[in-house]
Amino acid sequence: MTARVTASGAPYEVQGEMSEKDRLSHAMRTFLREFGASAAIHMESCVRCGMCANACHFFITMQDPKYTPIYKLRPFEQAYQRHFGPFAPIYRLFGLTPNVTIEELEEWQRFLYDSCNMCGRCTLACPMGIDIAELVKEARHGMYAAGLVPDRLELMDRTTKKWGSPATPPEDFADIVNEAAEKYGVKINVDLPKADILVTVAPAELTEHTKALADIAKILNRMGVSWTYSSDGFEASNIGFINGDVELQEKMTRKIIDRAIEIGARTLLLPECGHAYGAARWESARWYGKQPPIRILHMMEFLAESINSGAISVKPIGSTASFHDPCQVVRRGGLKEQPRDVLRALGFEIKELADHGPLAFCCGGGGGVVSCARADPLRNRAFEIKRRQVEDAGAERFVTGCGQCRITLTMGAKHAKWDKKTESLLELVADNLEGE
Amino acid sequence: MDLLEFARGPALQVSLAIFVFGVIWRLLGLLLLPWRKDHSAPRGTAPYAVVAVLQANLRKMWPHKTFVKATVFQFVNGYVMHVGLAIVVLLFAPHILFIKSLFGVTWPALPSNVVYAVGAITLFSLIAGLLHRLTSPVLQLISRTDDYISWLVTLLPVATGLLAIIQVGARYETLLALHILSICLFFIWFPFGKLMHAFTFVLSRGATGVRFKHRGAEL
Repeated sequence: MTARVTASGAPYEVQGEMSEKDRLSHAMRTFLREFGASAAIHMESCVRCGMCANACHFFITMQDPKYTPIYKLRPFEQAYQRHFGPFAPIYRLFGLTPNVTIEELEEWQRFLYDSCNMCGRCTLACPMGIDIAELVKEARHGMYAAGLVPDRLELMDRTTKKWGSPATPPEDFADIVNEAAEKYGVKINVDLPKADILVTVAPAELTEHTKALADIAKILNRMGVSWTYSSDGFEASNIGFINGDVELQEKMTRKIIDRAIEIGARTLLLPECGHAYGAARWESARWYGKQPPIRILHMMEFLAESINSGAISVKPIGSTASFHDPCQVVRRGGLKEQPRDVLRALGFEIKELADHGPLAFCCGGGGGVVSCARADPLRNRAFEIKRRQVEDAGAERFVTGCGQCRITLTMGAKHAKWDKKTESLLELVADNLEGE
Repeated sequence: MDLLEFARGPALQVSLAIFVFGVIWRLLGLLLLPWRKDHSAPRGTAPYAVVAVLQANLRKMWPHKTFVKATVFQFVNGYVMHVGLAIVVLLFAPHILFIKSLFGVTWPALPSNVVYAVGAITLFSLIAGLLHRLTSPVLQLISRTDDYISWLVTLLPVATGLLAIIQVGARYETLLALHILSICLFFIWFPFGKLMHAFTFVLSRGATGVRFKHRGAEL
């Protein structure tokens, strides 16, 4: 792993010992390998109106045209037109689209990783309906194959390949869970041979958010359902999905779903994590060629279902709250009402942010940006939008349903010396269960 | 063969052939690619794909409120230009006669003076669009040669059409020939550049609409 700087002064990091020619070739071949009709149509439909810029929190706060979402795809658009599109031979013959260079890919690392959360707000602004976030994900496949991802993300990738999680090896998982059980005084099931629900976690829940391990246990115990954590399938965050490492994405998805099937689970419960939802709920079927025979639920969805069905009831808190909508779960996942149902059940009067639901601004940390220290200044600038909207809404409490968003917003608040705490929806429910 | 005969004859035939063949080639090149089937269980509220395509196409006709302030010029100017072009092309009596000679179908025309006014507005809208592209830092960065060629081949038929009407600069026959030749240029460039969005926008919006509606997400 090496940190370098391009001739234009852009920082980038490289992995592996490939020649530059091989890097370029790997990037382009991987990018174009799985190109289907939908991605090609989107590549062909941009009219260069630039409206996507006004949706992106990085452009809005920095006012640098280079953060225009569609610009982040430029080398890959060039590659598509020159090598793949219906008129590729004509584009090559007349030199209408130049060849992509390795220098461009190196420079674009900061656009594809540091300054894109794959949050998809630009997709909602594009009059052509181009799903730019999805194309950035495809472009990251090429960047990963070329060994051109930020070192920190690559480190998480390697750790996950070794341990099955970026946070802890599997042999330590049960210990962490049992420590949480002891600390919070909750009975936690781990490695039961059979259960109806397999509960999975995000890396932060094994480090700074261990209370979440106990919170869901408390709720499930109260419901009296059969459930377990499993040392053989606990990690849901899926760093492969974020990095562009398709092989790892498939491996991590299969790990939790196969484990759920092995123990006879009917439900795979995902943690408060946005990308976990994208990878498992919407993309797992890709690896099996069919929908796996289990329900895959995000924590927010599970809490809403449990409350709405009467399986659990909660004490009203009686305050006001604003909700930060995690992009992968709400904008790209369709779960807009579920967290609001939970907040209303908790007796909150909801004071919506100016941009909320599908149009909410990203926390700025999704897509691995929160793990990329190089992007901290950019992320902190983008945080200003969220801070302003939360202050304008004027609610007493600020809640979200994604641990990664919570970490990003907490880091942003710390940097801005802002005393607003970002709270977990799961924690609020667990702490306010009726009968406690 | 004089210039007008050339324009009306071989130039128009060849350019139309390029247009038709090129559009079909490009569309088939896209539509015959494999469609990655989404096997994930749809959200209970997911409509049929065809409904999702229609919903997405309608939704994308106007921006979300939060984006209006920043994009209102482009949307309004875009509508003026596109509707203006449609009126001039489809509701001007000589154009209707020309279309009748090709396809045998006809419909009522708008009064010529109205079409002239619409043509002038369309021309101004095209110029305003170019000025916006040249002065916006974002558009300066993301624009390609295609954007300028597509602009030019759209502007020329409107400009030469207006010149032919007011008969300035040359004989009417010459101006008419230039008008037809500029349309030929439009047809020739159409399949190769971004003018193809006249066809691909339905597909592009539709593909995202199907993906989002499958998930129960709003577009």
